[in-house]
Amino acid sequence: MSWIEKILPRTQSSIKSNVPEGIWTKCGSCNSVLYKTELEKQLEVCPKCDHHMRITARARINAFLDTNDREEIAADLEPQDILKFRDSKKYKDRITAAQKATNEKDALVVMKGKLNGMPIVVASFEFAFMGGSMASVVGAKFVAAVNSCLENNTPLVCFSTSGGARMQEALLSLMQMAKTSAALAKMSKKGLPYISVLTDPTMGGVSASLAMLGDINVAEPKALIGFAGPRVIEQTVRETLPEGFQRSEFLIEKGAIDMIVDRRLMRDKLFSVLSKLHHQHLAN
Amino acid sequence: MSGHFLDFEQPIAELEAKIRELRIVNQGGEFDVSIEEAIGKLKEKCTEQTKKVFSNLGAWQITQIARHPMRPYTQDYINNMLTDFDELAGDRAYADDKAIIGGLAKLDGTPVMVIGHQKGRDTQEKIRRNFGMPKPEGYRKALRLMNMAERFKLPILTFIDTPGAYPGVGAEERNQSEAIAMNLKVMAELAVPIICTVIGEGGSGGALAIGVGDRVNMLQYSTYSVISPEGCASILWKSAAKASTAAEAMGVTAPQIKALGLINSIVEEPLGAAHRDYSGMAANLKAVLKQQLAQLQTLPTETLLEERYERLMSFGYC
Repeated sequence: MSWIEKILPRTQSSIKSNVPEGIWTKCGSCNSVLYKTELEKQLEVCPKCDHHMRITARARINAFLDTNDREEIAADLEPQDILKFRDSKKYKDRITAAQKATNEKDALVVMKGKLNGMPIVVASFEFAFMGGSMASVVGAKFVAAVNSCLENNTPLVCFSTSGGARMQEALLSLMQMAKTSAALAKMSKKGLPYISVLTDPTMGGVSASLAMLGDINVAEPKALIGFAGPRVIEQTVRETLPEGFQRSEFLIEKGAIDMIVDRRLMRDKLFSVLSKLHHQHLAN
Repeated sequence: MSGHFLDFEQPIAELEAKIRELRIVNQGGEFDVSIEEAIGKLKEKCTEQTKKVFSNLGAWQITQIARHPMRPYTQDYINNMLTDFDELAGDRAYADDKAIIGGLAKLDGTPVMVIGHQKGRDTQEKIRRNFGMPKPEGYRKALRLMNMAERFKLPILTFIDTPGAYPGVGAEERNQSEAIAMNLKVMAELAVPIICTVIGEGGSGGALAIGVGDRVNMLQYSTYSVISPEGCASILWKSAAKASTAAEAMGVTAPQIKALGLINSIVEEPLGAAHRDYSGMAANLKAVLKQQLAQLQTLPTETLLEERYERLMSFGYC
């Protein structure tokens, strides 16, 4: 029993009376009890075991960009229920619930800003919004991000976390794969760097389009990354999958990504890469 | 004509069986006018019945037609619609994936590059073709052929017919996601006309990976969806048995998808669907492809690519 576990019951009973709830949280990997404020400072990475927990789209952008000169792009695009889709719930109600829970209009936030003074555009997926799924709004916002880069000759960084294409917008969602990939082709043609950061999890239609198309593909440690989900593969091959299958460390071994970077070092690492890739524009 | 009948085709199957019986009765014996008359009447009735059944099909029934075991596959269109086919194999890196076939051919004398998913008919062939589910090497073979087409200024015709990209350990190890993504990116900018046609099942990213082009067509009874109805049902309804409900909700049929502006044309199928008349189906499709190709070939490359990009950017409601 560790010292913190020994003192835990007493601590909990004593804080009940005078401290607001939710000040402590538990690491999902090592079970350490962590002080929330400290965890936020560590960008939701467990200081004990380096487990990368999910982080909101906005917290990620906040941690990544310089504090000055930020400007959100395509902020007012809102999802619509074109197909009048209804499963156990109406799509409309799912949208409303997700918007309330996340305070975002859809699953992607795009921000123009600076990275150590270098003008840049950042796109960041919000997993808490319907599993970070991609549909019309996400596609349109991503294209808006690319267009801003094309206009201003800036690099693009995208942080993905997504279950894939959103079923409730059916084929419209699938086509966002083609739309976002076509936009990225323009970036390549113009010689503007695109860094894709794959975080836990990046699957399906997002993985099989914008997330795998980075000039540099970066992953956070131990992120689940793949096309088909592990359960689907297990059902197909009828055997248990090896430990670590489809995790970042597996992908780098197979040659699918360039590097694995700790979230707390992301800003410095990506700046280091971009200062070289983007040198022609930085000189001017 | 096929011996396989789907549930809702049963009334047609019964009439066809009767016609066959009468033919056997009349065979060998002297010409019997009354039997010939009866056959004629039954044939008429059969046509009426077929029209009736096919005029009122739901999304799930159409899904079954799209997956019909006798539905014409890519090779059947190559045989019935193109000439001088030279099949080309392999991705030059890992393997030759038999779930995608491709090569050089001629469409009424015009050289083209043709690429399509290929399913198998019998068990052995189905396994060899992996049920039309490509692995990364299949998409990379397609990419190699498409790049070659651009180099030699050949228009590209693709035929889409897959349940989806293969979900397996090896496919993941070789980066299925990247293989699909790269095709989407490259197809957006290939400087030759690309015409894509969904001939059977348009299963998700595995279909789209050879589905970016200047014109996208769907055969009347083909389907195109973001996830299989079974997959959608098991996630959203927690039961694969709700596949029929999911197919309706997603709107997987050609008219529904055309209404969303995601495809250009619907190619009419012969009475009773493509599996009843391969050559009739091929003729219909050939006429559409020839017309579209003629249009596209008048465009300067720059305009072609601009219009393709505009088309891609128009997907979605914002």
